[in-house]
This record gives sequence, C-alpha cells and structure tokens, in this order.
Amino acid sequence: MEHHKILEMRSITKEFPGVKALDQVSITVEAGEIHAICGENGAGKSTLMKVLSGLYPHGTYDGSIIFQGEEVEFKDIRSSESAGIVIIHQELALIPELSIAENIFLGNEPSRNGVINWDSVNSQTLELMARVGLREEANTPVKDIGVGKQQLVEIAKALSKSVKLLILDEPTAALNESDSQHLLDLMAGLRSKGITCIMISHKLNEIEQIADSITIIRDGKTIETLHVKNDGVDEDRIIRGMVGRSLESRFPDHTPKIGETFFEVRNWTVGHPAVADRLVCKDSSFKVRRGEVVGFAGLMGAGRTELARSIFGRSYGNFISGEIYKDGELVTLRSVPSAIKHGLAYVTEDRKSLGLNLLDDIKTTTVSAALKKITRGLVVDNDQEFVVAEKYRKSLRTKTPSVNEGVAKLSGGNQQKVVLAKWMFTDPDLLILDEPTRGIDVGAKYEIYGIIQELANQGKGVIVISSELPELLGISDRIYTIFEGAITGELARGEADQESLMKLMTARRKTA
Amino acid sequence: MTSLKQLFGGDTRQFGMIFALLALVVFFQIMTGGKTLTSGNMMNLFNGNSYILILAIGMVLVIIAGHIDLSVGSIAAFAGIVVALVMRDWDFPWYLGIVVGLLLGALIGAWQGFWVAYVGIPAFIVTLAGMLLFRGANQFVGQSNTVPVPQEFRFIGAGYLPEIGPDLGYNNLTLLLGFALVAAVIYNEVRTRKRFAKIGAEAPPVWVSVVKMTLLSAVILYATYLFATGNPGTSFPVPGLILGALVIIYGFISTKTIIGRHVYAVGGNRHAAKLSGVRSRRVDFLVMMNMSILAALAGMIFVGRSTASGPFDGVGWELDAIAAVFIGGAAVTGGVGTVVGSVIGGLVMAVLNNGLQLLGVGADLTQIIKGLVLLVAVAFDVYNKSQGKPSITGMIMKNFGNKGKPELPTATETVISNDVSAR
Repeated sequence: MEHHKILEMRSITKEFPGVKALDQVSITVEAGEIHAICGENGAGKSTLMKVLSGLYPHGTYDGSIIFQGEEVEFKDIRSSESAGIVIIHQELALIPELSIAENIFLGNEPSRNGVINWDSVNSQTLELMARVGLREEANTPVKDIGVGKQQLVEIAKALSKSVKLLILDEPTAALNESDSQHLLDLMAGLRSKGITCIMISHKLNEIEQIADSITIIRDGKTIETLHVKNDGVDEDRIIRGMVGRSLESRFPDHTPKIGETFFEVRNWTVGHPAVADRLVCKDSSFKVRRGEVVGFAGLMGAGRTELARSIFGRSYGNFISGEIYKDGELVTLRSVPSAIKHGLAYVTEDRKSLGLNLLDDIKTTTVSAALKKITRGLVVDNDQEFVVAEKYRKSLRTKTPSVNEGVAKLSGGNQQKVVLAKWMFTDPDLLILDEPTRGIDVGAKYEIYGIIQELANQGKGVIVISSELPELLGISDRIYTIFEGAITGELARGEADQESLMKLMTARRKTA
Repeated sequence: MTSLKQLFGGDTRQFGMIFALLALVVFFQIMTGGKTLTSGNMMNLFNGNSYILILAIGMVLVIIAGHIDLSVGSIAAFAGIVVALVMRDWDFPWYLGIVVGLLLGALIGAWQGFWVAYVGIPAFIVTLAGMLLFRGANQFVGQSNTVPVPQEFRFIGAGYLPEIGPDLGYNNLTLLLGFALVAAVIYNEVRTRKRFAKIGAEAPPVWVSVVKMTLLSAVILYATYLFATGNPGTSFPVPGLILGALVIIYGFISTKTIIGRHVYAVGGNRHAAKLSGVRSRRVDFLVMMNMSILAALAGMIFVGRSTASGPFDGVGWELDAIAAVFIGGAAVTGGVGTVVGSVIGGLVMAVLNNGLQLLGVGADLTQIIKGLVLLVAVAFDVYNKSQGKPSITGMIMKNFGNKGKPELPTATETVISNDVSAR
C-alpha cells in the first residue's frame, strides 16, 4: 500500500487567556492507518481535535491544517464534515427517542422538496448497519439499545456522510469488554476499506493492539510519534512518553501527622443507576487515617466519582452491599443529610452543575451546607452569615471585592475556595475532594494544596480523587488505584510513581 | 436579577419596584384627573385584588422552587363552597368555617404535593389535573348553585378596621397602623446600618438610606391619610390587613429561615442543593401544600367579599397570580424571585386595571394592554440579563443615583478556563 499523508497539522498553537492549551503541536496521519493520540487528561488531546473538526474555527488558532494535500480553513463542524472529517465524541450525540434510521440521517435526510424519502432512508440504513455489524431493527429507538450499539450507530452515521477521516474520542470508555472488542474489530475493518481513524484513548492495551502509530501529547506539546511496527512499542513505552516530565516543586512542603484509622469502607458494591446489571463499584475496600491525605487514582470513567458519591449518603447509583465504619462503629448513611451529620463532606468534580447554585452570592453559599449552625430558633442570623463568610474569605484568600458578590462572577479557583469553605464550615472529619483542581490555574492549585494539607494537619482525613498523577503523587500520603469500579492497588507515598500507578490504573486486578 | 441583587442589594431592589409602581399611580392620577388617589378607589383596589396578591405570595415560592400551580383558582372555589355549605347546612360558626377552609386547603395541598414531590410528576400536569378536578368538585358539591355566607363571615372579605377611641375625624386604628409602619421602617433602617457597622460590612451611603426612609414614610403616611378619611364606616380594609400580615410572615420565612433558604437552593440548582444536604422532595411538598392553603384562604376572602360562593369563583386567578410573580421579577427557570416583588408586581397589574377602568377603557383593550405589559416587563428583564445589565427596575434605580460597581471581568475567564479544563 502506497503511504501518503491524509492529514498534516502543522505547529498548531491555541491559547486561552492565561493558558496555552496547545503549543506548536504537529501531527501527521497517514492515509488508511489507525492513529492513536495519547496523553494525560488535560494534555490537550481534545483541544487538538476541536481545532481539527472546526469547533474552534480557523483564525482562533495559529498554525495550518493540510487535509488531502490541500490547506483547509474550517469555519465550523459542518465544513469539516463536508470535507470528510467526522468526530465522534465521548458523550454520544444521538437523540434517544428517535429510531436508529432517523438518528443516522438526522440533519442529512434524503428528501425531495422537503419530504423525506423513507424508502431510501430505510434501505441505506440496512446497508450501513450491515457495514458496522449492527443487528437491530432500523426503527428501534436508540434509547432501547445498549451503549455499545449506540456507538455503532454513531459510526454508521459517520459512514453515511462518506467519511474519510474518522475521529473517535475515548470510544470504548463506556463499553464492556466484548463491545469494546467488537468496536476495535470494526475499526480494523474500516482501515482495510481505506478509512483513516484517529483514536483518543486511555486504554493502552487497546492502543497497543490496534494502532499503527501513536502520537504522544504532554502539556500541550507533541512529544513524539511512535510507529508501532518499527519501534517495538509496548504499554510501558507509551506510559514513559506520557508522564516523562520532571516534577517541579509545585506542592507546598508538608510533614504528615498521621494518626489511627478512623474511617473504613468494606466490600462496597454499587449498581449503575440506570443500567440494571452494570456495577459501578465492585467490592471496594479502603481505609483512611486521621491526618492522612489519601489519593484515588483512576482514569475518567473508572468509577472514582461513583464510589465517592455512593459513600456520601448514597447520592449516586443503587446501593447493593458494603459497610462503612467510622471511629470503629458501623454507620449507615442513607441520605446526604445523614452523611453530613456523620462528618462527611464531598466536593464535587462538577462545580457548576453539582457544586454551586450560580444564582447565589458568596456568603449564602458558604453557609448553605450548615445553615443550622447560624440559626437561632427559626431565624438565620445574617450577621453571623457575613462574619463566617468573611472569615473563610480571609483564611482561604478568596479574591473577591466582597462576600456579597455572586459566585458566578468568580474565577474557577476562587469558586473552588468558596465550595471548600462551604464544606469546611460543616466541620467534617472526612473530606472527599473530587478533582479539586480541575479548571484551576497553577497558582490557585498551589493554594488549594495548601488548604488540603492544612485540613489534614487538623486531624481530618482527606480523600483526593484526581486524574492528574503528578498532583496525586505530590500531595497524597497513600494512593489507591481504581480500574473499572474495582480497587486494583494501594501504594504508599514512597513506592508510588507515575509508571506504577498508570499500570495499576489501566490493568485489571492481577490477583483475585 | 442576580446581578441586580448584587449591585443594589435585596432591599434596594424592592425599593426600585415600589418606585415603578408609584410612577404608574402618578400617571393614572394625572390622566384620570385625580380619581385614582381617592379613599374609595384605594379601598376598592385593595378589596378587589387582595385575594390575587395572596395567591401571588404562595405562587412566588412555588415558582422559585421551579414549579408552577395552575389549580389555585379551582381550589379557591372548592374551599369557598365547602366553607359556605358547612356554615349554612351544619351551622358552623364563621371562625370554624375558616378553620375548615384552611384544613381543606392543607389536605388538597398534601395531595398535590405528594404527586409532585414523591411521585415525581411535573407540577404543571398535577395542577392542571387539579384545576379540572377541584372545579368539578366545586360544582358537584354545590350543585352549581350560589351559596350565601353569613354576615359575620363577610368581615374577612369586606370588613374595615372598627372605630375606636375619640372621634378626631379620622379612623384611629388606621392612623395607629400607619404611624407604627413608619416607625418600623425607620427603626429597621437604623438597625440595619448599625448591624452593618458592627460586623464591618459595607453599608450603602447615608443619603440613600435617608431618601429611602423619607419616600417610604411619605407614601405610607399619605396612604394612611386616604384610608383614615374615607366614607363613614370605612377605613383600612380587613383583606388588606390579612395581606399585609402575610407579606411580613412570608417575606420573613423566605429570607430568614432555613426552609426559605432551601426553597431558593432547590430552585437555583436542585442537584447542588441535594448534595448540600437539602431534602429537596420535602421542599417541593411544602411549597405545593402551602400554595393550596393560601388558595383556600384567598377563596374564603373572595366569598366574604362577594357574600356568596358560586360555581365560577376563581376562574383565571392562577394566570393573574403567575403574571404578578413574573412582573415581580421571578425567573421561569426557578431560583429567583421575592415575596415583596411579587406583591408589587400584582399591584402593578391591579393599578393598571383600575386606572384603565377609571379612564373608561373597555375590558378588551385592558386585556391587550395587560398582556403587553407582562410581555414587555419580562422581555426587558431577559434582555438586560443577557447583556449583563440590571433589570428594568434596576435601570430606574440607576438614574436614581446609585452607582453600580463595575462588572468583574472574571465571568468570561471562568467560562474559558472551564473550556480549557475540558480538553
């Protein structure tokens, strides 16, 4: 097969105010290959794909894109799709109530004078479903088929647009083993038909299995491109490329004062809230000691958040079995108020939709989880509210003109401080911080780390869930790894490094 | 609304709305050649609208929590007929009749709250069903007849403060009420400033407080004068008194109590509220139940005023109440709104109605104008919010001399940095 470049992205630089998301990234994709893009969360993979698909239109970035030998300037997704580039996002863009056929041709319906030609829709759908190996009725609503099959519908939709370059963002993240395998086989099949694929994935075993070449991106820069056949690539090699950065002193100095175990979870098993037979937590057990910062490492979708939220008053999933011991006693936390009463606090990874009421101001937010503490009789004491909010504004150094400001106006880092203040005011024994530094700039991160350590110094237990391994290594006294809902390992501060963690995070539990 | 609240603070914002209402009153006073601000007309205005304003108090809480209630008119009618019947056929005294009415309201509210909060059916559907259900129940129980109520019961709908003490040519109780209100306004303002100083918060400039107090006091004193000098036997109307008490109670509950905070929290971000330990279902249940109790009360007041309960009482009330709430600055998406704002919104509609009537404008044109006012008021709010500017009343306040703090540029940065984090 004659090798020629189908796509070349040259020196792509994309800046957001204060942040350089992509810095001179270049990538070359050969026609008819499967090209994997690897990197940690936040390395810039998705931004690069957004540039390619026109979501960030031409002119908002520097550099050039050459597709099929011609320089292209995409204005939007529509223009990149008409050129033959289709992106399938991690969150599928299907309409659940519509049928498979309707979804495939949505926005692209074969029609005459505005009247849809259903015969053509149905016959083409059957053809496309055969190509992707989807055995369903064309008129089945998409909500009635599994995620794996929905993924196939997305690919069929892409094929209907005569796709030349297919971009898959974490295609197997939500799929089980057999669905994943089917999808990988399908990708190999498409490759033999001459369709080029770019695949973003965290699952290194899959990449190793199927990719022809791998480009590694780290901190918004291209690190290297590996050719699987020639370079003898294995998972270790990829991991080294992904994490091989020097750790600067990005963490405050800290000497832990660790006490005894006070919080323990045993055999925690939780079912998916919507899918009956899927488990999001599988028989997980862990413990937290006083004054300890415990890290939870796992890739997105590994079940970290699900674990945390199911422990926090069963606010996620269907509880199946498991026990929580606090200070040696078995406690049952059936609701969020009872979890708060037992000294738990959970700071969500999704500040905007789960953590804050964006209509509120700082002082209202600060006291919102512990209103009783400032209530006399029936009356919420507004003076105390102000005093409390001021206290936390000063001690956490929240940058705001006044605590009367709306939280919507604050920057990410300052919003996070307000959320932390809200939970600190409940005076918890155990804080679960889910991605506490997501969307926060470096300076504010340092301050958040300081707050975490200060909380631990006060004798509280802190659980930090994070996708950023350097962060976990920098602040945790002990780290658990999670993969597909199960805890796969436990490493003390000294023995953990990025490679050992990454291995545990991407592999199934070796021992039963 | 939020930006406005931040710029001017809750109290000042409501002050701005009062200002808008006053402008309307002055406009009609001039256009009608002085017929608007007369004792008789003001009493009419209160008597004829208090039940809608009471509904607006309940409705704003429902809307803040992110729901809606279409059944209030039917519930008012049903409560009215049941109360009228127990007093006529079972010889219940008037006060027991009121108790029966309120209990019935609570029962109906529990029924609707159950479906909304614990079964999870949208309030729109539950209360649409309730609208049919209780209208039918009214006509079934009353056999579509009009049932008169005893004289004593009419006091709550058409009564006035009694004449007490020496005859000075004024109604003494009304005078007392007015003076007490002025004293409360001044005391409240002074205390707020002291508190601010004590805890080190930034208080608004002194002149703002002074202007505010002076204007409010002047309005109250003038109203007192009007109500105290009406025809013999008239004074401040009892429905107005009930309304005033409810505004104070619910204003207090919504801003100063835990349950009030929780209503705003659930409406602002239900998921975040749940994860902060708010029992959101209980909040949903309580706001729906409270609405029905207030609807029953409004129904009884109306029956008292019209001396009888009929099969078509309360038709269309839900729409008037909802309109009042939205003119009063509440957001369709929930989380935003105030009790006082809604009552003022209702008064804007009432004054508009009254003024147009006095001008001899027909019912057809009146409806068209009211519809347009609702649309324009909300459109203005929405437009300004999308521009990051304060709302209509905020604009008025701006010209009134308040200087807003400049918007911080962080809002856009937040959006973008979040974008980065999503990569």
